[in-house]
Amino acid sequence: MKRIIGVMFGLAVFGFGAFLLVTQPRSIAPEQLAGLTGDPVQGEAVFWAAGCASCHAAEDSSGDDRLILAGGQHFPSDFGTFTAPNISPDPNFGIGDWSLAEFVTAVQEGVSPEGQHYYPAFPYTAYHLAQTQDIVDLYAFMMTLPQDSTPSQPHDVGFPFNIRRLVGGWKFLYVSDEFTLQGDLAQDVARGRYLSEALAHCAECHSPRNLLGAIDSSAWLQGAPNPSGRGRIPDITPSALGWSQSDIANYLRDGFTPSFDAAGGHMASVVQNLANLPDEDRMAIAAYLLAVPDAQ
Amino acid sequence: MTFSRKIACIALIGSLGFGAAASAQDVSAAVSARQGSMNILALNIGVLAGMARGNAEYDAETAQAAADNIATISMMDQRFYWPPGSDSDSFEGSRVLASAWEDFAGVAEKSAAFGAAAEGIQAAAGNGLEAMQAALGPLGASCGACHDDYRQPE
Repeated sequence: MKRIIGVMFGLAVFGFGAFLLVTQPRSIAPEQLAGLTGDPVQGEAVFWAAGCASCHAAEDSSGDDRLILAGGQHFPSDFGTFTAPNISPDPNFGIGDWSLAEFVTAVQEGVSPEGQHYYPAFPYTAYHLAQTQDIVDLYAFMMTLPQDSTPSQPHDVGFPFNIRRLVGGWKFLYVSDEFTLQGDLAQDVARGRYLSEALAHCAECHSPRNLLGAIDSSAWLQGAPNPSGRGRIPDITPSALGWSQSDIANYLRDGFTPSFDAAGGHMASVVQNLANLPDEDRMAIAAYLLAVPDAQ
Repeated sequence: MTFSRKIACIALIGSLGFGAAASAQDVSAAVSARQGSMNILALNIGVLAGMARGNAEYDAETAQAAADNIATISMMDQRFYWPPGSDSDSFEGSRVLASAWEDFAGVAEKSAAFGAAAEGIQAAAGNGLEAMQAALGPLGASCGACHDDYRQPE
């Protein structure tokens, strides 16, 4: 009996140790970024491709107002309502006092400067795949944006999802170092995959999720229920969409579908972002979308 | 309040759907009519966007004709388009959210933005490709702004 209790205790200690190890927030050390210099001009392209303004600027903002990253938009989900924080370079209310390493850790590892896990409403699962140089450039650009002194609001998330440490376990299961579309890709498809999977995070809305809110990569871009509760986010795999490469690329610039309907919903904001990219990038995203497998 | 102002207010409130309940047939006719008006817009926007995208050669006279049509649609009095019971919850085939009937100020603001964008394209369409392209962006944005808030996603 004593022995059984001993074994149980040992297993419990081991289990707790494994839990701590697995859920340990990871961070990027400043030495890992030595030699990288941020270029704010390149960073602006990363900013638009990564869609930061869609969530962190005020809802329905346009023009230069999309560069004021005051936060405040609410995002309902099955786990509670998330509110985008202020990520303007204000040193008190935004991220102005963050070091480069803290910024890269936040964006690519989903860990705050205080060492807490962020919820994956912040799409670091995608940004994790980005080239570090791009995120260094993004930092350089974002530090040039206007400061805003709106305080960030707390998320409204219930038990047990309010235990941030558990997000570490979620990351262990669901943050991947691999792109979803695999295989021998043409150059434009590979560029489109990088833009779509690592930066623009299309799958965050266009793919269904499992019970723990992780993207079901076996139904990649095959559409999903709208988290706002109304209608569905469309299936954008090639046959379901039925658009040509130039149809897609043009839509991502001017917002008109092939039947000249205008993009609405969150996609209108995505188009505002992607309209800032060069034509080749929108054509690359289109080439990638046409290479994604159809639903079976 | 003058008599004519009173009439205008009554018409406005009627157009918001607070008037007498419309029959199913009336609702169906109104939904078809407003969707038809969207289709007319799409056809004419297609002419302009085709040129803007470089799929068709810019022609000032053609562009002006399309822009004039868009401006004409934007000036129609829409009071008969929106009977009660024609929202997406109440009528099969309608994609207009019930919230459109609850947020008159928002609808009016977006409708005014569309009107201004339609005037903009009408003024610019005949003045060269670049002027037309520049005016097409705000027009599309004004369409999208309303779809964003009041149209049910597919």
